Amino acid sequence: MPESVPAIRTHNLQMQYAATRVLDDVTLTIDRGEVVALLGPNGAGKTTTIEILEGFRVPSGGEVSVLGETPHTAGESWRARVGVVLQSWRDHGKWRVEEFLDYLGLYYTDYATPEVARPWPTADLLERVGLAGKTQRRLDRLSGGERRRLDVAVGLLGRPEVLFLDEPTAGFDPQARRDFHELIRSLSDLDTTILLTTHDLAEAELLADRILVLAGGSIVADGTPDELRHRMSATASVRFRRDGELHTESTDDPVGYLRGLFARPGEIADLEVRRASLEEAYLTLVHQVETGADTGPATLGIPPGPEPDPAPDRVPATREET
Amino acid sequence: MPTVLRAGLRRARIELRQQILSPLAILGLLGPVFMLVVLIWARDSQVMESALSLGQFLVPAYLAFGVISGGVLGVSSEITTERDDGTLLRAKTVPHAMTGHLIAKFFASLVTTLIPLAVIVVGASFLVDGVTPTTAWGWVRLLLLSVLTIAAMLPLGAVLGAIFKGPIAMLWTTLIIYGLCAVSGLFYPVTALPGWLQWVVQVFPVYWLGLGFRSVILPADAVALEIGESWRTWETFGVLGVWVVLGLVLAPVALRRMSRRQSGSALASARERVLTRGY
Repeated sequence: MPESVPAIRTHNLQMQYAATRVLDDVTLTIDRGEVVALLGPNGAGKTTTIEILEGFRVPSGGEVSVLGETPHTAGESWRARVGVVLQSWRDHGKWRVEEFLDYLGLYYTDYATPEVARPWPTADLLERVGLAGKTQRRLDRLSGGERRRLDVAVGLLGRPEVLFLDEPTAGFDPQARRDFHELIRSLSDLDTTILLTTHDLAEAELLADRILVLAGGSIVADGTPDELRHRMSATASVRFRRDGELHTESTDDPVGYLRGLFARPGEIADLEVRRASLEEAYLTLVHQVETGADTGPATLGIPPGPEPDPAPDRVPATREET
Repeated sequence: MPTVLRAGLRRARIELRQQILSPLAILGLLGPVFMLVVLIWARDSQVMESALSLGQFLVPAYLAFGVISGGVLGVSSEITTERDDGTLLRAKTVPHAMTGHLIAKFFASLVTTLIPLAVIVVGASFLVDGVTPTTAWGWVRLLLLSVLTIAAMLPLGAVLGAIFKGPIAMLWTTLIIYGLCAVSGLFYPVTALPGWLQWVVQVFPVYWLGLGFRSVILPADAVALEIGESWRTWETFGVLGVWVVLGLVLAPVALRRMSRRQSGSALASARERVLTRGY
């Protein structure tokens, strides 16, 4: 496999179920070693996209390639190079942690190379995901967070070149969520390309080198968290009282707006200029796509809020998409 | 040994150990024990005007029934469960693990189906006269017939498990198969049935399983109760062989079709169903 082939590439990817068009035009490229978040509201097609990339769904149109092969027709040796972190529920409940990984690891023995030992030795892997003390624990006795760590261990078992995680922290409490974030961040030294989906902007910002925003069946924004903040938060909101009456305006050019404001007569008080947070910009962008409004970042408006709220926990905590 | 076979055997060993050591293993023996208790009542009555006791006649019926319950119903319900709990999706994410899974399923089901059969044969030998083979060759035939019929039924179980969507469909299948067992001449001579029904039941494998076990276990003169007064050994092999071919052709197609539909979101909706409806 030449290194020049991107880890993941799709072009004009489409998915249609009966009369419903789930993916319209998903075009993306992810290079080797990148950690990318596919961010979008519930129902945007994140799960559909990642399941196409995992080879579990056949797209209705467009091109898709993962590690240079078409996922849904690729063979078992391709499968050995791809890790999938499932949201397991109750499979293999009676199995013990160690025997479960030992068993699944057997399947990777044929794919070992002189450079890469496969499978990842169970003891090292459990140490890595923080389950070293639970080797003899039955799977159905693990906590939700421990179980998801085990899911990550299974995903990493074959030392994959690409790792997929679909909504990995859905249903987690804040502590389990933070622990899990630390685990994912600790994987950055592995040289593995990681694609995760999430509806949580804060999570995407925290974990990913690059964020792809999926809304309305296509990629509507693509960049590092900083780039997106810069691009998507170009607008600002200006709040003030003129002659005692409260005004809230949004503008792309706050300096020019203020100049005009002061040029006009009237007494200005309680002046406040606020750049939109990335989160507000993201929500507005998604809202515009979903309601069919213009999606150009330059037209992003700001919902007038009473207080600037930089806390990123305002994304509605709705559950996973269908 | 190829890796996939090694992994499959390891899985079969682990699952068998779990099943045998589980407290629920006792429940699996309730059926055979109940059947043996019935034998105590049945051993003194005669079957029609033959020299055969009802107890004798029931033993091969129990064996055929055991093969059907373990090989067809057991496997199909396991596959339905494993589809809904994510076991099969897990196998799909690991190279060759689906093949290893089916290898494991084959060997584990073979053993779990043979155990109740052994309980019935051993138990019945203490309770009723003339229900065990009298020669070494007779024992070999009994063992071979058990293994071959289980192997023949497993692919059919896999097909049913792959086709049916949930527990309700499984319940109907179970009822239909039990009904088929009831009319297939297992529990009374098939020649006592109306002529047209005799023709119908010969289409299905249940009748031939029963015939096979009767031919191995019952004394030679019991053949008088059979259609054409013959054990029809070649026909038995032929018909069961056709079902084996049918199972082996259909099972990979049905399993592949089911496996294709496995994905994280399919699993999530199964979980949703269980959490809201409770099954």
